[in-house]
Amino acid sequence: MGCAMPSIPASADHSQDAAAVLSVRRLSVAFDTPNGAVQAVRDVTLSVAAGECLGVVGESGSGKSQLFLAMLGLLAANGRATGSARLGQTELIGLRGPALDRVRGVQIGMVFQDPMTSLTPHLTIGAQLAEVLRRHRGLERAAARARAEGLLERVHVSDPARRLEQYPHELSGGMRQRAMIAIALAAEPRLLIADEPTTSLDVTIQAQILALLAELKGTHGLALVLITHDVAALAGVADRVAVMRHGTLIETGPVREVLRTPRDPYTRELLQESSAPPPVQVAARTPSAAAAGGAALSVRDLGVRYRVRGRWLEPATPLAALTGVSLELRAGESLGIVGESGSGKSTLARAVLRLLDASSGRVVWMGRELATLRSPELRALRRDLQIIFQEPLGSLDPRMTVAEIIEEPLLVHERSLDAAARRAVVATALARVGLAAALAGRYPHELSGGQGQRVGIARAMVLAPRLLVCDEPVSALDAPTQRQIVSLLGELRRAQGLTLLFISHNLAVVRELCERVLVLYLGRRVELAPAAELFAAPRHPYSRELLAAIPVADADVQPARLAAVRAGEPPSPLDPPSGCVYRTRCAQAAAQCAVRFPEWEEEGGRGIACYRWRELA
Amino acid sequence: MLKLALRRIAALLPTLLVIVTLSFAIIRLAPGGPFDAEQGVSPAVRANLERLYGLSKPLHVQYLRYLRALAHGDFGPSLRQRDFTVRELIAQGLPISATLGLCAIALALLGGIPAGIAAALWRSPAADFSVAAIAALGMALPSFVIGPLLALVFGIYLRWLPVAGWQPGTARYLLLPVLTLALPLAVALARLTRASLLEVLRAPYVRSARARGIGEARLVWRHALRPALLPVASYLGPATAFVITGSLVVEAVFGLPGTGRYLVQGAIDRDYPLVMGMVIVYGILTLLLNLLADLACGWLDPAIRHG
Repeated sequence: MGCAMPSIPASADHSQDAAAVLSVRRLSVAFDTPNGAVQAVRDVTLSVAAGECLGVVGESGSGKSQLFLAMLGLLAANGRATGSARLGQTELIGLRGPALDRVRGVQIGMVFQDPMTSLTPHLTIGAQLAEVLRRHRGLERAAARARAEGLLERVHVSDPARRLEQYPHELSGGMRQRAMIAIALAAEPRLLIADEPTTSLDVTIQAQILALLAELKGTHGLALVLITHDVAALAGVADRVAVMRHGTLIETGPVREVLRTPRDPYTRELLQESSAPPPVQVAARTPSAAAAGGAALSVRDLGVRYRVRGRWLEPATPLAALTGVSLELRAGESLGIVGESGSGKSTLARAVLRLLDASSGRVVWMGRELATLRSPELRALRRDLQIIFQEPLGSLDPRMTVAEIIEEPLLVHERSLDAAARRAVVATALARVGLAAALAGRYPHELSGGQGQRVGIARAMVLAPRLLVCDEPVSALDAPTQRQIVSLLGELRRAQGLTLLFISHNLAVVRELCERVLVLYLGRRVELAPAAELFAAPRHPYSRELLAAIPVADADVQPARLAAVRAGEPPSPLDPPSGCVYRTRCAQAAAQCAVRFPEWEEEGGRGIACYRWRELA
Repeated sequence: MLKLALRRIAALLPTLLVIVTLSFAIIRLAPGGPFDAEQGVSPAVRANLERLYGLSKPLHVQYLRYLRALAHGDFGPSLRQRDFTVRELIAQGLPISATLGLCAIALALLGGIPAGIAAALWRSPAADFSVAAIAALGMALPSFVIGPLLALVFGIYLRWLPVAGWQPGTARYLLLPVLTLALPLAVALARLTRASLLEVLRAPYVRSARARGIGEARLVWRHALRPALLPVASYLGPATAFVITGSLVVEAVFGLPGTGRYLVQGAIDRDYPLVMGMVIVYGILTLLLNLLADLACGWLDPAIRHG
């Protein structure tokens, strides 16, 4: 498509490009701060042609978002843009007021990262769509409504007529992001800018949204800018790629060339980050520990049920967050738990640690059943069982310094230590997680996300626990930081013989850190396998779907993978399907699947709950 | 929305019962009795008085009798304001007090919220400083200082309004009391609105609406204002309590024959039926305005409405 312009010499000025929808020339963005001006974007020149998708990739802070926010006049109050960005004949830089509002939303549609917070909470989806249609297209109320419904259909929102009446909080994350795309497309813009549109979504939903963007690109000549930190995410969508670092454009070219033969070393680094990492050397790969003494942690038939209060005078609805989950962990072993949001991963983590009470089943740690322990015994046992949380900064007390946070477990469990001894332990803990001693006096708001997560790890590790539960420990961090935290956890594990229960929706991370993987769907276990086997040969249709959804940084393979993405989202746990809960999304579902949930079969270290896996294998 | 309203209204009666029970218990637990101040009353006469008013019965019997009477709208006789029933006293004072309180709340909302919006939209160092200064003054000055000051300026120097007192059916006598009562509340609401709107204007959904080319005016009016008013609506509950306690002082300062004096005097006199009557009236008022605040929150935020 757009990249097929070989007649233009490489030295040609992009703004001369007649087919360009957007031409950016020497655009710079600076922010005035009390410490002087900070240059966020330096002298960027690029263009996007009609019907083309430009992928812009870079880590957070590379200026990739600010570049496009500047064109839309959306910079923070202390930001200044210089240079030129032309949309057709219109110069965008310096445009203000009504003239600017005739461009944004009309000729350029924008989709933001977090659909949770980027839609106005008190207006229905229909009202937000109609607002754009009436304002920019001058449609009457009825016409706007009909058009709004058509737009939701175009982005494959299920049940569009009903969605129009719903508020953002009533929609799933995927549906919300689709609605946001529909709103951005409402006035039929020539250019759609999507800024990390899939970052906060589950991997399956991410694949669906990427497939949607690939489908929309080029319809009515729509040009697309896809901004992301993940090279793989744009492999199936983008025609050309622009790589940014420290505010500068360091490489640009057709997607195949850039992904296959990157010229810049930094692009190679990004590509490495995105491709599946080699498994970390795991200490006790062969189960020597198991031979020594069986399971350290044994979970039997664990169930967690809630009653969700109904509307007025309506009976409460039972909600099964977790049903019949069993697992065993040998000392020193690392088990990954994967599944989409709502699969019961975090519920399992909390129930295992008795941070919430299970409705049925048993959790046995080193021969002692947790549910029967009285609170002093349980408290004493807690030093063995520690957890780190998803939100690195949210899980730290904002009124305590780093040293106080790490010291607190010692005050409970190591009462014989005096202040000097505690300080020494805290200093060691800080060093072990790679934090400078100078950080000890800081408060959480003065830390970066990565530093915050290191503090969380130090707090969990200060008592030398034997089981560490990690509940999505890296999903709130950006890619390079994720890698650092994952390798830190790997090191700690090897050095201390930790048993690890690692919960994540990020399969690549699980693959790197875990020996075995348990796949959950809607509160049920569907497959258990050694990590290498699961990734090489998944058996359960759901595991297959999860793995197929992982984007691959290969422009030849990824379009086909996106084209094969299946529609569908997990059903509501308030109203689960009968029989196998996965059957409503399963391509292989048969009549028997609707009757009852399949028995768990286990052999040769692999387990599965599916009637048909043998036929499908 | 209707369901939310019905649910809240259904919860009113039990809440009121708790208020009645607690205040009944507390006033009886307080030392002293209604006839302590009577000079030269022989123990026999006092016993007769207590029997007459049913005060010699066991407490739980008195409580049940009171509830039964209450169910018929009978608040009982005042023990100290002889020849008046509590109901008559309330009927005299409540219209004045309720008008004063509701006008003050309305004035505070109508003045405070637009002022807060303006302060959030037109920011400058000078404006921010004046907002902070006025807010500090408005909240620090007690109404027994503001009241006389206003009376001094408008009543004595300018002679526009009466200094104090009351004539039935004349709004002029209410103007200064309403202003005195409304002023600190308006300042608090303005501050709250300003801070809340500034925060909402930084929200991602406002940026995203801006990216859709929704003009600034519509952006504020349709996308930012409702969420920004949420904390303001929640504040209406505490604001009611503030107005009620404030009205006791303001009525005294301006010599208004409202119900405030009955509450104070009734409590000092251990005039049990009068205190109970006043507590119930103020309780109902507080509950109703809290209900209004809840409904306002439900209207402002669909997530609350669906909760």
